[in-house]
Amino acid sequence: MDVLAPTPAVIAGPSLRQRLASRGFDAVTLLVVPAAIFSLVLFVYPFAFGFVLSFEPKAGGDWLANYRRFFSDPFLYETIAKTLWLAVPVTILNLLLAVPIAFRVRLMRRQRLLTTILVLPITLGTVLVAEGLLNYLGPQGWFNRTLMTVGLIDQPLKLVHNYWGVFASLVITGFPFTFLLTLSYVTGIDPALEQAGATLGANAWQRFRHIYLPLLMPGFAITFCLSFVQAFSVFPSAVLLGAPAGPTRVISIAAYQAAFEEYDYSMASAVAMIMGFVQLGIVVAVLASRGLFYRGPASGAKG
Amino acid sequence: MTIALSQFNEVRLDRVSRDFGALNALRDVSLTVQRGEFIALLGPSGCGKSTTLNCVAGLLPVTGGAIWLDKSRVDTLRPEERGFGMVFQNYALFPHLNVRQNIGFGLKMRGRPKAEIDRKVDEAISLVRLGGQENKLPGQLSGGQQQRVAIARAIVIEPPLVLMDEPLSNLDAKLRLEMRAEIRRIHNQLGATTIYVTHDQDEALSLADRIVVLKDGIVRQVGTPKELYDAPTHLDVADFMGFRNRLKGRVISHENGRVLLDVEGAQIGGMARERVSTGSSAYASIRPDDLVAGEPGPNALAVTVDTIEYRGREFVGTAHSKGGLDFVFRSHQEVAPGSPIHLRADDSRVLVFAEPVQGRA
Repeated sequence: MDVLAPTPAVIAGPSLRQRLASRGFDAVTLLVVPAAIFSLVLFVYPFAFGFVLSFEPKAGGDWLANYRRFFSDPFLYETIAKTLWLAVPVTILNLLLAVPIAFRVRLMRRQRLLTTILVLPITLGTVLVAEGLLNYLGPQGWFNRTLMTVGLIDQPLKLVHNYWGVFASLVITGFPFTFLLTLSYVTGIDPALEQAGATLGANAWQRFRHIYLPLLMPGFAITFCLSFVQAFSVFPSAVLLGAPAGPTRVISIAAYQAAFEEYDYSMASAVAMIMGFVQLGIVVAVLASRGLFYRGPASGAKG
Repeated sequence: MTIALSQFNEVRLDRVSRDFGALNALRDVSLTVQRGEFIALLGPSGCGKSTTLNCVAGLLPVTGGAIWLDKSRVDTLRPEERGFGMVFQNYALFPHLNVRQNIGFGLKMRGRPKAEIDRKVDEAISLVRLGGQENKLPGQLSGGQQQRVAIARAIVIEPPLVLMDEPLSNLDAKLRLEMRAEIRRIHNQLGATTIYVTHDQDEALSLADRIVVLKDGIVRQVGTPKELYDAPTHLDVADFMGFRNRLKGRVISHENGRVLLDVEGAQIGGMARERVSTGSSAYASIRPDDLVAGEPGPNALAVTVDTIEYRGREFVGTAHSKGGLDFVFRSHQEVAPGSPIHLRADDSRVLVFAEPVQGRA
């Protein structure tokens, strides 16, 4: 009568390998190892080392002495404001320039050529751009001579070795980066959304304001952060094109002087830490503001 | 009912052309749409049906001809100035706006008072039966619900003309039938005028008052579903209306619209749909329903069965003749693949078309 064979008892569950794989650990995970080692050796360790070092002042004293010195000496703490005063306007200007150009380029067929031209400055390097600007914008440069020949000005405009020299150089070297990021965000939005907006009666400005802008804000926030961090760590152009003792005495110059003129690595580490935390503060604030916007997929929902 | 679509008498496309470089996507398309009509633009992909719709909507400028709304010319206006409602194939809902905001978008852009927007949006939501979903984002809705939002958003602006670009092609088969009925109900309830693009002949036949068949950017035939189904005037239209068997032959004789063709040595009689001359090439078009397996005799061809599929009520088979012609036929009995059979068709069910002249396309 017994037609049902007894079911064999389950002896073993899934193997360790299967259990790990189900939690996302498999052989592919090992590919992360080189990058993890790399970042540990070249980022985490130096950062931790510098962090600890900044609390061990060269001259002795208590562990906060470096930070106290930084925030009590205007020559030092004013570098924060000076750097922000360069980095924030430059980043905003680059973003404001990149958006309309990206919107235009998105529609073009010869996109690649134009993009190449726009991106070229990134390959030149800061020093080459700085040298070029010194020649071009200097008192005897083409720019001033042209304006004087035309009769627009009598005296050469002072465009280098001050704030504006650094500003121009940061715009030139920062723009390609900002532009490429912006372009990728702009082209990621389904053109049918704009068409739908148009058929519903929205004019070009309304389509930008009510469709593109809300969808692009999170991308703009990321672009802002990345471009800002790049501009904030300005060093070569601040020295070459600016007034490194005056208005363009940026925070990286303060760190450089502490390390290589005073040979006070502890103080230099403290400056670097302050620099890092200022950047972090701005980046966190900007990224947190993304929460105010829609962050889902920017297409016309699922197809 | 406060959603009252703007009144007008007719939309007229007057020899509309659209070129993309050297390619003529549309050539002299003329069409008059009366108020309240449901027009289907039907054709294979690449035939120009979506191009036509985009030209009417203003998303593509025309390169020739004109579009008229009664006495005013609209093809020179920007899309936002035309005020036609459009339903996109991928719905194109604004992903960052909820259902209410999506539907109210057009009214908001027109600067209507908030109370009016709220009232009309409520009404549109109940018209498309989306009650309870008002505050969801498009990503949280199913395909069919997104479709309803897209329709509500297009009609709430009270457009004279509603344009739909293959709105059902992204839905599964069951939902497609359901939404098809919904679209027709909404059209009737509003007294809307609709131009509907599709490549699905069933959809066109069941929805439309009139069907426009396009091929290679040219209007092949315009007529009611019944006219097109029973009496296609063009080989391509016949293809699209389910005449899936196309047999090439030579005209032996023709008289009073009856034609006798020589197809691979067999004599096939049919009804001429175009002018044919004795000795010239012509095509016999036959629906699978009208090709039955039977005995050798008049109007019958010897074929070999290739495949046979069970379709519930009947079998659908494919076969080929020794001359290489392919056939699709229906059968009430199962026939084994590889077996030789004879297929015959009543000559009143065979349509004969002249061979298209090359270059005329």
